Amino acid sequence: MQSGISFLPEQASTLAPRVDNLYFFIVAVTAFFALLVTVLVVYFAFKYHTDDPYAVGAPIHGSIPLELFWTAVPFVIAIFIFAWSTNVYFDIVRPPDQAMQVYSVGKRWMWKFQHPSGQREINELHVPVGRPVKVTFTSEDVLHDLFIPAFRVKADAIPGRYSTIWFTATQTGEYHLFCAEYCGTKHAGMIGRVIVMEETAYQAWLDTSQESSLAAQGQALYESLSCQSCHLNDGNGRGPALHGLFGSEVQLANGTTATVDEGYLRESILNSQMRVVAGYNPIMPTFQGLVDEDGMVGLIEYIKSLRTGPSSEGASASLPAEAGEPE
Amino acid sequence: MTTQPTTTYLNVTHGLASWLLTKDHKRIGLLYLVVVSIAFALGGVFAGLIRLELLTPPGDMVTSDLYNRIFTMHGVAMVFFVLIPAVPAILGNFVLPLQLGAKDVAFPKLNLLSWYIFVIGFIFTAFAMVMGGVDTGWTFYTPYSTTASNSNVMAAGVGVFITGFSSILTGVNFMVTIHRMRAPGLTWFRLPLFVWALYATSLVQILGTPVVAITVLMVAMERGLGLGIFDPTLGGDPVLFQHLFWFYSHPAVYIMILPPMGAISECIACFSRKTVFGYSFVAFSSLSIAVFGFLVWAHHMFVAGISPYSAMVFSFLTFAVAIPSAVKTFNWTATLYRGAIWFKAPMMYVYGFLGLFLIGGLTGLFLASLGTDVHIHDTYFVVAHFHYIMVGGAIMGYLAGLHFWWPKMTGRMYSDGLAKVGAALIFIGFNLTFFPQFILGYMGMPRRYHMYPPEWEMLNVLSTGGAGILGIGYLLAVGALLWSLKYGAVAGDNPWHATGLEWTTQSPPLPENFVETPIVTEPAYNYAHREIKVV
Repeated sequence: MQSGISFLPEQASTLAPRVDNLYFFIVAVTAFFALLVTVLVVYFAFKYHTDDPYAVGAPIHGSIPLELFWTAVPFVIAIFIFAWSTNVYFDIVRPPDQAMQVYSVGKRWMWKFQHPSGQREINELHVPVGRPVKVTFTSEDVLHDLFIPAFRVKADAIPGRYSTIWFTATQTGEYHLFCAEYCGTKHAGMIGRVIVMEETAYQAWLDTSQESSLAAQGQALYESLSCQSCHLNDGNGRGPALHGLFGSEVQLANGTTATVDEGYLRESILNSQMRVVAGYNPIMPTFQGLVDEDGMVGLIEYIKSLRTGPSSEGASASLPAEAGEPE
Repeated sequence: MTTQPTTTYLNVTHGLASWLLTKDHKRIGLLYLVVVSIAFALGGVFAGLIRLELLTPPGDMVTSDLYNRIFTMHGVAMVFFVLIPAVPAILGNFVLPLQLGAKDVAFPKLNLLSWYIFVIGFIFTAFAMVMGGVDTGWTFYTPYSTTASNSNVMAAGVGVFITGFSSILTGVNFMVTIHRMRAPGLTWFRLPLFVWALYATSLVQILGTPVVAITVLMVAMERGLGLGIFDPTLGGDPVLFQHLFWFYSHPAVYIMILPPMGAISECIACFSRKTVFGYSFVAFSSLSIAVFGFLVWAHHMFVAGISPYSAMVFSFLTFAVAIPSAVKTFNWTATLYRGAIWFKAPMMYVYGFLGLFLIGGLTGLFLASLGTDVHIHDTYFVVAHFHYIMVGGAIMGYLAGLHFWWPKMTGRMYSDGLAKVGAALIFIGFNLTFFPQFILGYMGMPRRYHMYPPEWEMLNVLSTGGAGILGIGYLLAVGALLWSLKYGAVAGDNPWHATGLEWTTQSPPLPENFVETPIVTEPAYNYAHREIKVV
C-alpha cells in the first residue's frame, strides 16, 4: 500500500490506466474551461471596474451566433467524452469469458470470499497476477459495495441478486478493499486487502486449503436435495437437463430467451416460477431457506462443471477434478 | 442622507401574534429566514463535528454509531431545511411580489400555511435529532432504512414528508402569482431573470416533491407494517427505492441551484450596469434545466446493478443537462464584458459563486462519464462535487441575493468592507475544505467513513482546517448583517441604483408594497437607456 503524498491511487489492473487516461483528459478539458472563464471574469473586473455608481455599461443585448457557438462547442466535447467513457465502461462491466471465478458475500460488516477450489477467506482476497478474475457477489443483509481503488472497479452488493466486478491485476502487492455503500455501524470497518501474488505462490496458497472444491460441495447439496430426480440427464425429466446448460441460451415459456448465467441459476433455484424453460411445467418448488448463499455458489459451480452434455455415467463422471483451475 | 420611512411592513403592527398570523409575504420571508438560519446553524455544527472526527485517521472522537448519526443529520438539516427553502422561501417570498409590482403573492393565507407546515416538519425532524438521531444517511436507502436501522427513521421521514408539502404549496403559490399578478406592461420577456428561475423551480417542486412523499410513505409502510416493497426477503426490490428517491432528489438539486442562479443574474446585471447577455437564452436555460433534470436520475445508480444500456442513456442525458448550465455561465461572463463593474459586496459573492459553481459543474463531467464514475462513485469526489454545487453554488448565490436585497428588506446598509472580508474568507475556506476532497475521492476514500487509512491524513487535515476558515467566514458575514440592523446607515430606496420594481418602492417597503400599482414600459435591466435618478 502507498505511503507519502500522491494524487493518484496505484495503477494495479489493466483497467486502471484506461480509466486514468480518461480522467486526465477530462481534467485537461475542465481545467481549460475553468481557466478560460476565470481569466475572463477577473480581467473584466479589472478592466471595466468603476467606482461611479452612475456609470452604465455598453448597450449589448446578446448575440445569437455566439449563443449557438457556446452551445455547440460544449455539446461536441460532451459527445466525445461520452463516447470514450462509455467505451471504457463497457469494458469495466463485461468480464472476459475466460476469467477465473471467485465468489463473495458481503454482510454486516465483513466480506467473505470463496474460491472454486474450496479455499475460503474473510476480508482478504488472494488473486494471481496477470490473470482475469471475476468476482460474483451478493449481500446477505443490506446494500454493500465492493470497491478496489487500485483496480478502479466497484459495484453494489444487492441482497437477492448477483453483481460482478472483474480485473486483471498487473502487479503483485497488497491493495485496499472497501465497502463503498453505507451499511450501518461499522461501515468504515468493512474493509480488507486484495493480495496479488505470483501464479506459483497463488497455487501454493490454494493448496493450503483442506476444503473440497465448491463444485464437490455443490454436488453433495444437489444430491441431498434430490435435484437429480427431476433434472434427468437425458432431458426426459420433469425439469431440464443441466449438462452443458451453463452459458447457453434457453427458450422460455413466456416466449423470450435467457442466457444461463449465475443470476439466472440463482433465480431459478430460489424463485423458480419467474422464468421457466419452454416445454416444462412450473412445478419446481422454491428452495428459499433451504439453500443459503454458500450452498448457492456450490450449486452454481457444480452446474457449471456439468459441461460435457448428457452422459450415461451420471453427473459425477463429468465433474472435472480441478474446477476453476486454468485450462 | 434620507431617514427611515415612517410606515413600513416591519413597524405597521407589533407583537408576536402580528408576526405569527401575518399574511404579508415579506414577513413570511423573514419567518423562513429565522427557521432556515436555525437549521443552517445546526447543520453547520454537525459539519464541524464531521470535520473534527476526520482530522485524524482513527475513529477516536465519537463512536461510529454517533458519527453515522451526525453525518445523516447534517445532510437532512442542510438539504431539506436549508438548501431547498433558502432562496425560494426566503428571498423568493420577499422579492417576487415586489418584482412583479404586486401587493402580495396570489394566496397569502396559503403562504402562511406553507410556513407552518415547514415548521411542523422541522419540529418532527428536530424531535428525531433529540431522540437520538437517524443513521441512514440523508438518502434513506433501503433495505437498511426499512429493516436494519434502529434509529428514528420514522420521525425524520415524517418530518421530510410534511416539509415536502410546504415546498409544493410554495411552488403552486409562486406559479399562480407569476401568471396572474404581474403589473400592467410586465410581459413575460420583461420579467427579471430571478422570476424565471423561480418559475422553473416551482415546476420542479410541484412535479417532483409528491414522488419523494410517496417514497417516504412506502418506506414507512415497509418499516411499520412489513409490506414487502423494497426488502428482497419480502419479495421487494431495494433498487426500486433508489429510482423513486432520485426521481425527486435529482430534480431537487435544481430546486436548490436554479433560484440562486436567478439571484446571480440579478446581481450581475445590477453591478455591471448592463442587461444580462442573451436574456432569453438564460431564461430558457432555466426551463430546460428543470425539464431535463427529471430525466437524469439514474446517474446516481451507475454501480447499483442497472443495465449497462440504461446507464448509457442516463449518462448521455446527464451530459445534455450540463449544456444549459454552461450556456448560463458563458452568458454571465459575456454580461461583464464592457460593463461598468461596481464591485460591492454582493458582486464579491457573485464572483465567489462563479468560481465555485464552475468547479462544481465541471467536476460533474467526471461523474456523468461512466468510465470514471465507476471508480469515484460513493467516494469523497462525489462529496466534494455536490458541496461545490450546493454550498459553493447555492449558498453563495443565496448570500449574494441576501446581501443584494438586505437593504430593501431591512432599510439598513451593512459594512461593505466587513461583508467583503466575510465573502473572501468563505471562498478561501470553502476551497480549502473541499478541493482536497476531490483528490481524496480519486485516491479511493469512500464517503460516510468514520475512519480512514493513515496515508490520507494530510489531505483531511487541510480539509478540516479549511472548514474552520469557512465557519469564521460565515460568522463574519452574519455578524456584519446583524450589526447593520442597529448601526447600519439608512439604505434609501435604491442604494444600488438598480433597475427592477422592487427598487422603486421605499426600503423597507410599505405593508402593501407600492403606493400605486406600477406600470412597466421597458425591458428588465434597461440600464443603458434609463434616466438616472439622482438621490
